[in-house]
Amino acid sequence: MALPEAYITGIGQSKIGQKTTRHPLLLTTDAIREALDDSGLTLADIDGISTYPGKMSGYLGFSPVGCEDLIDALRLNIRWFNGSGEISSQLGAVAVAAHAVRAGAARHVICFRTVYESAAMSRPQDYPMNRAPRVEGMSQWTAPFNATSAVTWVAQYAMRHVKKYGMKREQLAQIALTDRKNAMLNPRALVREPLSLEQYMEARMIAEPMCLFDCDRFSDASTVLIVSAGDALGDVKCTPVRIAATAYQSDGRHSWDQPEVMASYPTGAELWKYTDYTAKDVDTVQLYDGFAFLTITWLEALGFCGIGEGGQFIEGGHRIALDGELPLNTFGGQIGAGRLHGFGFAHEAVVQLRSQGGERQIKGNPKVAVAASGGGPLATALLLARD
Amino acid sequence: MSAARPLPRLEPDNRFFWTSGEDGKLRFLQCSDCKTFIHPPRPICFNCLSENVAPAVVPGTGVVDTFTINHQKWSPNMEVPFIIARVAIDGAPGVILTTNIIDCPVDAVEFGDKVVVSFEQQDDVFLPLFKKVI
Repeated sequence: MALPEAYITGIGQSKIGQKTTRHPLLLTTDAIREALDDSGLTLADIDGISTYPGKMSGYLGFSPVGCEDLIDALRLNIRWFNGSGEISSQLGAVAVAAHAVRAGAARHVICFRTVYESAAMSRPQDYPMNRAPRVEGMSQWTAPFNATSAVTWVAQYAMRHVKKYGMKREQLAQIALTDRKNAMLNPRALVREPLSLEQYMEARMIAEPMCLFDCDRFSDASTVLIVSAGDALGDVKCTPVRIAATAYQSDGRHSWDQPEVMASYPTGAELWKYTDYTAKDVDTVQLYDGFAFLTITWLEALGFCGIGEGGQFIEGGHRIALDGELPLNTFGGQIGAGRLHGFGFAHEAVVQLRSQGGERQIKGNPKVAVAASGGGPLATALLLARD
Repeated sequence: MSAARPLPRLEPDNRFFWTSGEDGKLRFLQCSDCKTFIHPPRPICFNCLSENVAPAVVPGTGVVDTFTINHQKWSPNMEVPFIIARVAIDGAPGVILTTNIIDCPVDAVEFGDKVVVSFEQQDDVFLPLFKKVI
Protein backbone atom coordinates (compact mmCIF):
# COMPACT_ATOMS: atom_id res chain seq x y z
CA MET A 1 0.00 0.00 0.00
CA ALA A 2 1.42 3.37 -0.96
CA LEU A 3 2.11 5.72 1.92
CA PRO A 4 0.08 8.94 2.01
CA GLU A 5 1.94 12.04 0.85
CA ALA A 6 2.95 14.82 3.25
CA TYR A 7 1.80 18.40 2.73
CA ILE A 8 2.45 21.81 4.23
CA THR A 9 -1.05 22.96 5.02
CA GLY A 10 -0.52 26.10 7.03
CA ILE A 11 2.16 28.73 7.56
CA GLY A 12 2.55 31.43 10.15
CA GLN A 13 5.11 33.88 11.38
CA SER A 14 5.37 36.32 14.26
CA LYS A 15 6.63 39.87 13.92
CA ILE A 16 10.37 39.83 13.19
CA GLY A 17 12.12 42.19 15.59
CA GLN A 18 15.17 43.03 17.62
CA LYS A 19 15.42 43.55 21.39
CA THR A 20 11.89 42.18 21.54
CA THR A 21 10.14 42.27 24.89
CA ARG A 22 7.22 40.00 23.97
CA HIS A 23 7.63 36.60 25.63
CA PRO A 24 9.21 34.04 23.28
CA LEU A 25 6.39 31.57 23.93
CA LEU A 26 3.96 34.28 22.79
CA LEU A 27 5.98 34.88 19.61
CA THR A 28 5.53 31.15 19.03
CA THR A 29 1.77 31.24 19.65
CA ASP A 30 1.51 34.32 17.39
CA ALA A 31 2.93 32.21 14.57
CA ILE A 32 0.79 29.20 15.50
CA ARG A 33 -2.38 31.30 15.51
CA GLU A 34 -1.58 32.62 12.03
CA ALA A 35 -0.80 29.12 10.74
CA LEU A 36 -4.02 27.69 12.15
CA ASP A 37 -6.06 30.52 10.62
CA ASP A 38 -4.31 29.85 7.33
CA SER A 39 -5.04 26.12 7.38
CA GLY A 40 -8.51 26.14 8.87
CA LEU A 41 -7.33 23.71 11.55
CA THR A 42 -7.82 24.13 15.28
CA LEU A 43 -5.55 23.15 18.15
CA ALA A 44 -7.74 20.10 18.66
CA ASP A 45 -6.62 18.85 15.22
CA ILE A 46 -2.93 19.07 16.13
CA ASP A 47 -1.45 15.77 17.26
CA GLY A 48 2.24 16.31 16.54
CA ILE A 49 5.01 18.83 17.32
CA SER A 50 8.46 19.14 15.77
CA THR A 51 11.11 21.76 16.40
CA TYR A 52 14.81 22.44 16.13
CA PRO A 53 16.92 22.22 18.26
CA GLY A 54 14.65 21.91 21.30
CA LYS A 55 14.87 24.23 24.28
CA MET A 56 18.46 25.12 25.16
CA SER A 57 18.46 26.17 28.78
CA GLY A 58 22.09 27.30 28.69
CA TYR A 59 21.56 29.40 25.56
CA LEU A 60 17.94 30.52 25.67
CA GLY A 61 18.40 33.20 23.00
CA PHE A 62 19.21 30.49 20.47
CA SER A 63 16.21 28.36 21.38
CA PRO A 64 13.92 29.62 24.14
CA VAL A 65 10.93 27.33 23.52
CA GLY A 66 10.82 23.56 23.35
CA CYS A 67 8.15 20.95 22.72
CA GLU A 68 7.46 20.52 26.42
CA ASP A 69 6.69 24.22 26.95
CA LEU A 70 4.34 24.35 24.03
CA ILE A 71 2.54 21.08 24.72
CA ASP A 72 1.88 22.07 28.30
CA ALA A 73 1.10 25.75 27.71
CA LEU A 74 -1.57 24.91 25.12
CA ARG A 75 -2.56 21.55 26.69
CA LEU A 76 -2.01 19.89 23.34
CA ASN A 77 -2.97 16.27 22.86
CA ILE A 78 0.16 15.00 21.15
CA ARG A 79 0.83 11.54 19.71
CA TRP A 80 4.28 12.27 18.24
CA PHE A 81 6.91 14.94 18.94
CA ASN A 82 10.52 15.75 18.20
CA GLY A 83 12.78 18.53 19.46
CA SER A 84 16.31 17.55 18.57
CA GLY A 85 19.50 19.40 17.78
CA GLU A 86 21.16 16.20 16.63
CA ILE A 87 19.51 16.36 13.23
CA SER A 88 20.49 17.61 9.80
CA SER A 89 19.91 21.33 10.51
CA GLN A 90 16.80 23.39 11.14
CA LEU A 91 14.54 22.08 8.37
CA GLY A 92 15.37 18.54 9.45
CA ALA A 93 12.54 19.07 11.94
CA VAL A 94 10.17 19.48 8.96
CA ALA A 95 11.62 16.51 7.09
CA VAL A 96 11.04 14.13 10.01
CA ALA A 97 7.54 15.54 10.51
CA ALA A 98 6.83 14.61 6.88
CA HIS A 99 7.99 11.07 7.59
CA ALA A 100 5.87 10.95 10.73
CA VAL A 101 2.63 11.89 8.98
CA ARG A 102 3.37 9.53 6.09
CA ALA A 103 3.88 6.71 8.57
CA GLY A 104 0.65 7.51 10.36
CA ALA A 105 2.29 8.58 13.62
CA ALA A 106 0.44 11.91 13.44
CA ARG A 107 -2.06 13.70 11.19
CA HIS A 108 -1.22 17.37 11.67
CA VAL A 109 2.18 18.43 13.04
CA ILE A 110 3.11 21.95 14.12
CA CYS A 111 6.74 22.51 13.11
CA PHE A 112 8.28 25.62 14.67
CA ARG A 113 11.53 27.49 15.10
CA THR A 114 11.64 30.34 17.60
CA VAL A 115 14.70 32.56 17.89
CA TYR A 116 15.33 35.19 20.56
CA GLU A 117 19.00 36.05 20.12
CA SER A 118 18.69 39.81 19.86
CA ALA A 119 16.36 40.01 22.87
CA ALA A 120 18.57 37.74 24.95
CA MET A 121 21.71 39.74 24.18
CA SER A 122 19.95 42.96 25.13
CA ARG A 123 18.79 41.51 28.49
CA PRO A 124 21.62 39.24 29.68
CA GLN A 125 20.34 39.40 33.25
CA ASP A 126 17.15 37.63 32.12
CA TYR A 127 18.78 35.41 29.53
CA PRO A 128 22.30 34.63 30.76
CA MET A 129 24.67 32.61 28.63
CA ASN A 130 25.55 29.68 30.84
CA ARG A 131 28.89 29.04 29.21
CA ALA A 132 31.03 26.27 30.62
CA PRO A 133 34.52 27.50 31.56
CA ARG A 134 35.98 25.25 28.86
CA VAL A 135 34.83 24.15 25.42
CA GLU A 136 34.08 20.55 24.55
CA GLY A 137 32.67 18.40 21.79
CA MET A 138 33.02 19.68 18.24
CA SER A 139 33.86 23.26 19.25
CA GLN A 140 37.08 22.18 20.98
CA TRP A 141 38.58 21.72 17.49
CA THR A 142 37.93 25.33 16.46
CA ALA A 143 37.38 27.66 19.44
CA PRO A 144 40.93 27.38 20.88
CA PHE A 145 42.15 28.92 17.61
CA ASN A 146 39.72 31.83 17.96
CA ALA A 147 37.60 30.29 15.22
CA THR A 148 34.53 30.67 17.42
CA SER A 149 32.04 31.96 14.87
CA ALA A 150 30.69 29.85 12.02
CA VAL A 151 31.65 32.69 9.67
CA THR A 152 35.31 31.73 10.11
CA TRP A 153 34.53 28.13 9.16
CA VAL A 154 32.40 29.06 6.15
CA ALA A 155 35.01 31.61 5.06
CA GLN A 156 37.60 28.87 4.63
CA TYR A 157 35.37 27.00 2.20
CA ALA A 158 34.61 30.30 0.45
CA MET A 159 38.34 31.00 0.15
CA ARG A 160 38.68 27.81 -1.88
CA HIS A 161 36.21 29.23 -4.37
CA VAL A 162 38.28 32.41 -4.52
CA LYS A 163 41.59 30.60 -5.03
CA LYS A 164 40.54 27.60 -7.10
CA TYR A 165 37.61 28.93 -9.12
CA GLY A 166 38.27 32.68 -9.20
CA MET A 167 35.14 33.72 -7.31
CA LYS A 168 35.11 37.51 -6.97
CA ARG A 169 33.66 39.66 -4.22
CA GLU A 170 31.45 41.39 -6.82
CA GLN A 171 29.92 37.96 -7.51
CA LEU A 172 29.48 36.94 -3.87
CA ALA A 173 27.89 40.37 -3.30
CA GLN A 174 24.88 39.37 -5.40
CA ILE A 175 23.49 37.22 -2.58
CA ALA A 176 23.34 40.14 -0.14
CA LEU A 177 22.23 42.63 -2.82
CA THR A 178 19.42 40.34 -3.97
CA ASP A 179 18.35 39.63 -0.39
CA ARG A 180 18.27 43.27 0.55
CA LYS A 181 16.37 44.25 -2.61
CA ASN A 182 13.74 41.58 -1.95
CA ALA A 183 13.48 42.48 1.74
CA MET A 184 12.34 45.95 0.75
CA LEU A 185 9.21 44.33 -0.71
CA ASN A 186 8.55 42.21 2.39
CA PRO A 187 6.59 44.17 5.02
CA ARG A 188 7.84 41.84 7.77
CA ALA A 189 11.54 42.01 6.86
CA LEU A 190 13.97 43.27 9.48
CA VAL A 191 16.25 45.26 7.16
CA ARG A 192 14.38 47.32 4.61
CA GLU A 193 16.98 49.83 3.45
CA PRO A 194 18.68 49.43 0.06
CA LEU A 195 22.25 48.17 -0.24
CA SER A 196 24.44 49.18 -3.17
CA LEU A 197 27.39 47.30 -4.64
CA GLU A 198 29.58 50.24 -3.65
CA GLN A 199 28.50 49.97 -0.01
CA TYR A 200 29.12 46.25 -0.14
CA MET A 201 32.62 46.62 -1.59
CA GLU A 202 33.54 49.17 1.08
CA ALA A 203 32.21 47.13 4.00
CA ARG A 204 34.62 45.96 6.64
CA MET A 205 35.80 42.41 6.35
CA ILE A 206 34.78 39.87 8.99
CA ALA A 207 36.66 36.79 7.78
CA GLU A 208 37.95 37.02 4.21
CA PRO A 209 36.34 36.79 1.74
CA MET A 210 33.23 37.40 3.88
CA CYS A 211 32.35 40.96 4.82
CA LEU A 212 29.79 42.42 7.22
CA PHE A 213 26.96 42.31 4.65
CA ASP A 214 27.51 38.60 4.01
CA CYS A 215 26.25 37.85 7.54
CA ASP A 216 22.66 37.65 8.75
CA ARG A 217 21.43 39.69 11.72
CA PHE A 218 20.25 38.36 15.06
CA SER A 219 16.52 38.70 15.38
CA ASP A 220 13.59 37.60 17.50
CA ALA A 221 10.81 35.73 15.73
CA SER A 222 8.92 32.50 15.40
CA THR A 223 8.05 30.68 12.19
CA VAL A 224 5.53 27.84 11.97
CA LEU A 225 4.76 25.29 9.27
CA ILE A 226 1.94 22.78 9.70
CA VAL A 227 2.74 19.43 8.11
CA SER A 228 -0.26 17.19 7.40
CA ALA A 229 -0.89 13.70 6.10
CA GLY A 230 -2.32 13.42 2.60
CA ASP A 231 -5.30 11.46 3.94
CA ALA A 232 -6.12 14.27 6.40
CA LEU A 233 -6.53 17.09 3.88
CA GLY A 234 -10.30 17.10 4.29
CA ASP A 235 -9.72 19.11 7.47
CA VAL A 236 -7.78 21.78 5.60
CA LYS A 237 -9.13 24.86 3.83
CA CYS A 238 -5.99 26.34 2.22
CA THR A 239 -4.07 25.23 -0.88
CA PRO A 240 -1.78 22.45 0.34
CA VAL A 241 1.82 22.32 -0.86
CA ARG A 242 3.28 18.83 -1.23
CA ILE A 243 6.61 17.93 0.30
CA ALA A 244 7.70 16.14 -2.85
CA ALA A 245 11.13 15.10 -1.59
CA THR A 246 13.38 15.51 1.43
CA ALA A 247 17.12 15.04 1.82
CA TYR A 248 19.12 15.41 4.96
CA GLN A 249 22.55 14.08 5.62
CA SER A 250 25.96 15.00 6.94
CA ASP A 251 28.31 13.19 4.54
CA GLY A 252 29.49 10.94 7.33
CA ARG A 253 31.59 13.53 9.15
CA HIS A 254 29.75 15.60 11.69
CA SER A 255 32.50 18.16 11.68
CA TRP A 256 33.25 21.63 10.38
CA ASP A 257 36.87 20.93 9.46
CA GLN A 258 37.31 17.28 8.50
CA PRO A 259 35.02 16.98 5.43
CA GLU A 260 36.35 17.89 2.02
CA VAL A 261 33.05 19.56 1.09
CA MET A 262 30.14 20.95 3.05
CA ALA A 263 27.10 18.74 3.60
CA SER A 264 25.01 20.86 1.21
CA TYR A 265 26.72 19.06 -1.71
CA PRO A 266 25.74 15.43 -0.97
CA THR A 267 22.36 16.63 0.31
CA GLY A 268 21.56 18.60 -2.82
CA ALA A 269 22.48 15.63 -5.01
CA GLU A 270 20.45 13.28 -2.82
CA LEU A 271 17.25 15.34 -3.14
CA TRP A 272 16.73 14.46 -6.80
CA LYS A 273 16.79 10.71 -6.09
CA TYR A 274 13.31 10.87 -4.56
CA THR A 275 11.43 12.70 -7.29
CA ASP A 276 10.77 12.81 -11.01
CA TYR A 277 11.25 16.57 -10.93
CA THR A 278 14.63 17.92 -11.98
CA ALA A 279 16.43 21.19 -11.33
CA LYS A 280 14.98 22.49 -14.61
CA ASP A 281 11.46 22.27 -13.17
CA VAL A 282 12.22 24.56 -10.22
CA ASP A 283 10.53 27.97 -10.32
CA THR A 284 12.14 29.53 -7.23
CA VAL A 285 14.80 28.68 -4.65
CA GLN A 286 14.90 29.69 -1.01
CA LEU A 287 18.42 28.78 0.10
CA TYR A 288 20.11 29.25 3.45
CA ASP A 289 22.13 32.46 3.67
CA GLY A 290 23.15 32.77 7.30
CA PHE A 291 26.45 33.50 5.60
CA ALA A 292 26.17 34.40 1.93
CA PHE A 293 28.60 31.82 0.61
CA LEU A 294 26.37 29.01 1.86
CA THR A 295 23.78 30.02 -0.74
CA ILE A 296 26.35 29.59 -3.51
CA THR A 297 27.13 26.08 -2.28
CA TRP A 298 23.42 25.22 -2.43
CA LEU A 299 23.06 26.53 -6.01
CA GLU A 300 25.95 24.28 -7.01
CA ALA A 301 24.85 21.34 -4.85
CA LEU A 302 21.35 21.30 -6.34
CA GLY A 303 22.76 21.29 -9.86
CA PHE A 304 21.70 24.75 -11.02
CA CYS A 305 25.34 25.21 -12.02
CA GLY A 306 28.54 23.19 -11.77
CA ILE A 307 30.75 23.03 -8.70
CA GLY A 308 32.89 26.16 -8.69
CA GLU A 309 30.55 27.98 -11.09
CA GLY A 310 28.28 29.56 -8.46
CA GLY A 311 30.01 32.93 -8.58
CA GLN A 312 29.60 33.21 -12.34
CA PHE A 313 26.04 31.89 -12.13
CA ILE A 314 24.88 34.80 -9.96
CA GLU A 315 27.10 37.46 -11.55
CA GLY A 316 25.20 40.69 -12.10
CA GLY A 317 22.26 39.31 -10.11
CA HIS A 318 19.83 39.16 -13.05
CA ARG A 319 19.39 35.38 -13.04
CA ILE A 320 18.41 35.26 -9.33
CA ALA A 321 16.33 38.47 -9.27
CA LEU A 322 12.56 38.45 -8.70
CA ASP A 323 12.04 38.64 -12.47
CA GLY A 324 14.96 36.35 -13.31
CA GLU A 325 14.98 32.72 -14.40
CA LEU A 326 15.59 31.45 -10.84
CA PRO A 327 14.31 33.92 -8.24
CA LEU A 328 16.26 33.49 -4.99
CA ASN A 329 15.30 34.26 -1.39
CA THR A 330 12.31 36.31 -2.45
CA PHE A 331 11.47 37.31 1.15
CA GLY A 332 14.93 38.74 1.71
CA GLY A 333 16.63 35.67 3.09
CA GLN A 334 18.10 35.86 6.56
CA ILE A 335 20.40 38.68 5.45
CA GLY A 336 17.38 40.85 4.66
CA ALA A 337 14.45 39.46 6.62
CA GLY A 338 16.36 38.53 9.77
CA ARG A 339 17.89 35.39 11.20
CA LEU A 340 14.79 33.19 11.29
CA HIS A 341 17.17 30.24 11.31
CA GLY A 342 16.14 28.01 8.46
CA PHE A 343 12.36 27.98 8.71
CA GLY A 344 11.94 31.26 6.80
CA PHE A 345 13.03 29.55 3.59
CA ALA A 346 10.29 26.91 3.68
CA HIS A 347 7.74 29.53 4.75
CA GLU A 348 8.54 31.68 1.73
CA ALA A 349 8.52 28.74 -0.67
CA VAL A 350 4.92 28.09 0.36
CA VAL A 351 4.02 31.80 0.02
CA GLN A 352 5.36 31.84 -3.54
CA LEU A 353 3.82 28.51 -4.59
CA ARG A 354 0.44 29.82 -3.45
CA SER A 355 1.03 33.16 -5.23
CA GLN A 356 0.54 35.08 -1.97
CA GLY A 357 3.75 37.12 -2.18
CA GLY A 358 2.09 40.46 -2.87
CA GLU A 359 4.66 42.94 -4.16
CA ARG A 360 7.37 40.28 -4.12
CA GLN A 361 5.33 37.58 -5.87
CA ILE A 362 7.17 36.02 -8.78
CA LYS A 363 5.38 35.73 -12.11
CA GLY A 364 4.39 32.64 -14.02
CA ASN A 365 2.22 30.63 -11.62
CA PRO A 366 5.12 28.86 -9.85
CA LYS A 367 4.64 25.18 -9.05
CA VAL A 368 7.98 23.86 -7.77
CA ALA A 369 10.40 25.29 -5.20
CA VAL A 370 13.42 24.20 -3.20
CA ALA A 371 13.93 25.28 0.40
CA ALA A 372 17.22 24.46 2.08
CA SER A 373 18.83 25.05 5.45
CA GLY A 374 22.31 24.60 6.83
CA GLY A 375 25.33 23.85 4.76
CA GLY A 376 28.27 23.08 7.04
CA PRO A 377 28.23 19.61 8.52
CA LEU A 378 24.43 19.89 8.60
CA ALA A 379 22.14 20.25 5.63
CA THR A 380 18.50 19.74 4.73
CA ALA A 381 16.76 20.26 1.40
CA LEU A 382 13.01 20.15 0.78
CA LEU A 383 11.42 19.98 -2.65
CA LEU A 384 7.99 21.59 -2.45
CA ALA A 385 5.37 21.32 -5.16
CA ARG A 386 1.88 22.60 -5.81
CA ASP A 387 0.77 19.73 -8.01
CA MET B 1 46.57 37.37 19.79
CA SER B 2 47.65 37.85 23.34
CA ALA B 3 44.13 37.49 24.73
CA ALA B 4 43.31 34.22 26.47
CA ARG B 5 41.88 31.64 24.11
CA PRO B 6 38.88 29.42 24.82
CA LEU B 7 40.48 26.21 26.08
CA PRO B 8 39.27 22.63 25.69
CA ARG B 9 38.03 20.65 28.65
CA LEU B 10 40.47 17.79 29.11
CA GLU B 11 38.84 14.39 29.29
CA PRO B 12 39.97 10.78 28.76
CA ASP B 13 39.56 10.82 24.96
CA ASN B 14 41.32 14.11 24.22
CA ARG B 15 43.88 14.61 27.01
CA PHE B 16 46.76 13.08 25.06
CA PHE B 17 46.14 15.44 22.14
CA TRP B 18 45.93 18.68 24.07
CA THR B 19 48.94 17.87 26.28
CA SER B 20 51.04 16.31 23.52
CA GLY B 21 53.08 19.47 23.05
CA GLU B 22 54.62 19.12 26.49
CA ASP B 23 57.52 17.25 24.87
CA GLY B 24 57.28 19.28 21.64
CA LYS B 25 55.72 16.45 19.63
CA LEU B 26 52.38 16.34 17.80
CA ARG B 27 50.33 13.17 18.22
CA PHE B 28 47.11 11.81 16.74
CA LEU B 29 45.23 8.67 17.59
CA GLN B 30 46.15 5.72 15.37
CA CYS B 31 44.82 2.20 14.99
CA SER B 32 47.61 -0.13 16.03
CA ASP B 33 46.25 -2.87 13.75
CA CYS B 34 45.48 -1.22 10.41
CA LYS B 35 47.46 2.03 11.03
CA THR B 36 44.49 4.30 10.16
CA PHE B 37 44.54 7.69 11.90
CA ILE B 38 41.40 8.60 13.84
CA HIS B 39 40.64 12.28 14.44
CA PRO B 40 38.83 13.50 16.45
CA PRO B 41 39.87 10.67 18.77
CA ARG B 42 37.41 7.80 19.27
CA PRO B 43 37.91 4.54 21.16
CA ILE B 44 37.39 2.48 17.98
CA CYS B 45 38.90 2.41 14.48
CA PHE B 46 36.31 3.23 11.82
CA ASN B 47 38.30 1.27 9.23
CA CYS B 48 38.73 -2.14 10.91
CA LEU B 49 36.68 -1.72 14.11
CA SER B 50 39.72 -2.55 16.21
CA GLU B 51 39.66 -1.11 19.70
CA ASN B 52 43.46 -1.27 19.77
CA VAL B 53 44.01 2.47 19.28
CA ALA B 54 46.82 4.62 20.70
CA PRO B 55 48.42 8.05 20.22
CA ALA B 56 51.18 8.09 17.61
CA VAL B 57 53.79 10.79 16.99
CA VAL B 58 53.65 12.49 13.58
CA PRO B 59 56.42 14.62 12.04
CA GLY B 60 54.74 17.90 13.05
CA THR B 61 54.62 19.33 9.58
CA GLY B 62 51.66 19.91 7.31
CA VAL B 63 50.27 21.75 4.30
CA VAL B 64 47.82 24.67 4.27
CA ASP B 65 44.58 23.30 2.80
CA THR B 66 42.62 26.57 3.07
CA PHE B 67 42.51 29.62 5.31
CA THR B 68 40.78 32.87 6.13
CA ILE B 69 42.13 36.19 7.33
CA ASN B 70 40.02 36.98 10.39
CA HIS B 71 39.37 40.69 10.96
CA GLN B 72 36.62 40.58 13.54
CA LYS B 73 37.45 40.92 17.24
CA TRP B 74 35.49 38.09 18.83
CA SER B 75 36.57 39.26 22.27
CA PRO B 76 37.62 42.74 23.40
CA ASN B 77 41.35 42.05 23.77
CA MET B 78 41.79 40.00 20.64
CA GLU B 79 44.51 41.28 18.29
CA VAL B 80 43.42 41.27 14.65
CA PRO B 81 43.90 40.44 11.84
CA PHE B 82 45.10 36.87 12.14
CA ILE B 83 45.07 33.69 10.10
CA ILE B 84 42.75 30.75 10.74
CA ALA B 85 43.73 27.80 8.57
CA ARG B 86 42.98 24.18 7.91
CA VAL B 87 46.23 22.23 7.82
CA ALA B 88 46.50 18.76 6.29
CA ILE B 89 48.76 16.83 8.65
CA ASP B 90 51.83 15.10 7.17
CA GLY B 91 52.05 11.44 8.09
CA ALA B 92 48.37 11.20 9.06
CA PRO B 93 46.43 10.77 5.82
CA GLY B 94 42.96 12.32 5.89
CA VAL B 95 43.52 14.30 9.10
CA ILE B 96 42.89 18.05 9.04
CA LEU B 97 43.54 20.44 11.90
CA THR B 98 41.96 23.86 12.26
CA THR B 99 44.70 26.11 13.66
CA ASN B 100 46.41 29.49 13.35
CA ILE B 101 49.37 30.31 11.13
CA ILE B 102 51.55 32.59 13.25
CA ASP B 103 54.72 34.65 13.00
CA CYS B 104 54.16 35.89 9.46
CA PRO B 105 52.22 38.73 7.81
CA VAL B 106 48.60 37.74 7.19
CA ASP B 107 49.00 38.27 3.46
CA ALA B 108 51.96 35.88 3.32
CA VAL B 109 49.93 32.65 3.53
CA GLU B 110 48.85 30.65 0.49
CA PHE B 111 47.23 27.31 -0.23
CA GLY B 112 49.88 24.59 -0.32
CA ASP B 113 52.29 26.39 2.02
CA LYS B 114 54.37 24.02 4.11
CA VAL B 115 54.00 24.66 7.83
CA VAL B 116 55.45 23.24 11.04
CA VAL B 117 53.89 22.97 14.47
CA SER B 118 54.74 25.47 17.21
CA PHE B 119 53.07 24.81 20.53
CA GLU B 120 51.64 27.61 22.67
CA GLN B 121 50.97 26.67 26.28
CA GLN B 122 47.98 28.10 28.15
CA ASP B 123 47.31 26.56 31.55
CA ASP B 124 47.50 22.80 31.07
CA VAL B 125 46.83 22.92 27.32
CA PHE B 126 49.47 22.92 24.58
CA LEU B 127 47.85 24.48 21.50
CA PRO B 128 49.28 23.22 18.19
CA LEU B 129 49.78 26.42 16.18
CA PHE B 130 51.78 26.43 12.95
CA LYS B 131 54.52 28.54 11.33
CA LYS B 132 55.52 28.70 7.72
CA VAL B 133 58.53 26.58 6.77
CA ILE B 134 60.90 29.07 5.19
